[in-house]
Amino acid sequence: MDDLWLYAGQLLEGAWVTVQLALSSLLVGLALGLVLAAGSLSGRALLRRAVRLCTGLLRGIPEFLIVLVCYFGLSNLINNHFDGAVEISPFAAGVFALSIVFAAYASEVFRGSFAAIPRGQIEAAQAFGLTSTQTFFAVRLPQAWRIALPSLGNLWQSLLKDTSLVSVVGLEDLLKKSNMAAQATHQPFLFFLAAAAVYFVFLHASQPVFAWLERRAGRGFEARAA
Amino acid sequence: MNFAPIEAWLELPADSVLEAWEGLVITLQLLCGSVLLAFALALPLALAATSGKAWPARLARGYNAAFRGTPLLVQLFILYYGVSQFEAVRHSPAWWLLEDAFYCGLLALSLNLAAYMAEDLRAGILAVPLGEKEAALAMGMSPFQCYRWIVLPAAWRIATPALGNEVIAQLKATALVSTITVLDLTGVARRLSNASYTTDALVMAGVVYAAITLVVVLAVRRIERRFGPAGRR
Repeated sequence: MDDLWLYAGQLLEGAWVTVQLALSSLLVGLALGLVLAAGSLSGRALLRRAVRLCTGLLRGIPEFLIVLVCYFGLSNLINNHFDGAVEISPFAAGVFALSIVFAAYASEVFRGSFAAIPRGQIEAAQAFGLTSTQTFFAVRLPQAWRIALPSLGNLWQSLLKDTSLVSVVGLEDLLKKSNMAAQATHQPFLFFLAAAAVYFVFLHASQPVFAWLERRAGRGFEARAA
Repeated sequence: MNFAPIEAWLELPADSVLEAWEGLVITLQLLCGSVLLAFALALPLALAATSGKAWPARLARGYNAAFRGTPLLVQLFILYYGVSQFEAVRHSPAWWLLEDAFYCGLLALSLNLAAYMAEDLRAGILAVPLGEKEAALAMGMSPFQCYRWIVLPAAWRIATPALGNEVIAQLKATALVSTITVLDLTGVARRLSNASYTTDALVMAGVVYAAITLVVVLAVRRIERRFGPAGRR
């Protein structure tokens, strides 16, 4: 047990990297997911099909493989075309890989939630003279957000667990740090169990946040739910 | 099988297609094996969770929360690298199972998937209208008969789409066993990719995974039509 205290600082550093990685991927993934959802709802058949094919492919390939391809592929690409002038950090590659996976799933969620908004509301907004930008930010997005939140909460949980995959490409996240501690002390069981406990706490700590977001987004809908 | 002509035609290193084929077989074995084992474990877990008895329900809920609340990769590491720390485990009869990376990976994948499937089945069992159960008991069925012929078939129909999604997710989860030295499709792709200093093998493996996903999706859709709610046939 003494070893656990000795390496507690290292584990916390790793946990902080995990949190940063998860939150950055969440933000990039949400933005990218919205763009992809717009593409898959576009009136242009070619664009719509291309986007749906891409998101379908991304959802059919193991996340782990995507992380590997992004890390090794991006560094190869930069080495070959930019003469190695730019060093790709494992963190950037990790955020890229995790956020495209998140975006592929989130785009499906957003597609469903934008489609669930009654057509009449958009017509009403137009009749009031709102521009399409105003309609998007005042009518469509807030409602799609409310409908999408429960599914996005599930995606967030998967994302947080998937951050552990980047430890394989060398990013010193929570799992990598516990792996290093496990090898140094020959106590793999203790340190991997500690890592599992931290992931467990993170997942359960994020649940009240989503519950609050859902309550907030659902203002004015409580009466109907009851 | 002889893959030499294909390798020569695609200008790939010798035996690379053979290796990839063997990796694919291992991936499919892991997928089918873990789905069957997980379902066998998920059913008692779901029954325990819905039994209404405090301790079995608590145990099942704890199991599900533990396996759903932590990354599969960590579970794999605990099972493969972690438990070998203990002398007692290395001398136990179960050691042959944990020593072998394939069986260890299969065990971790099954234990993990069982937790997800148990939640789906639990939701299915809870969604069966109480009246159906009461009617079965009123007709003189024993509790076992009631579950065997009324509750479980209805729960299975309700849970099929969710279970199908778990199977699709499981195919992608099997890729993680390459981290504990199993040469599944991803493991072989990683080795070929390291040998050639390119990501071609990884990309090709991705295409193969996408193709298998498509096949599984179509198969699940067929099963859903076969067992799904009557109105959707």
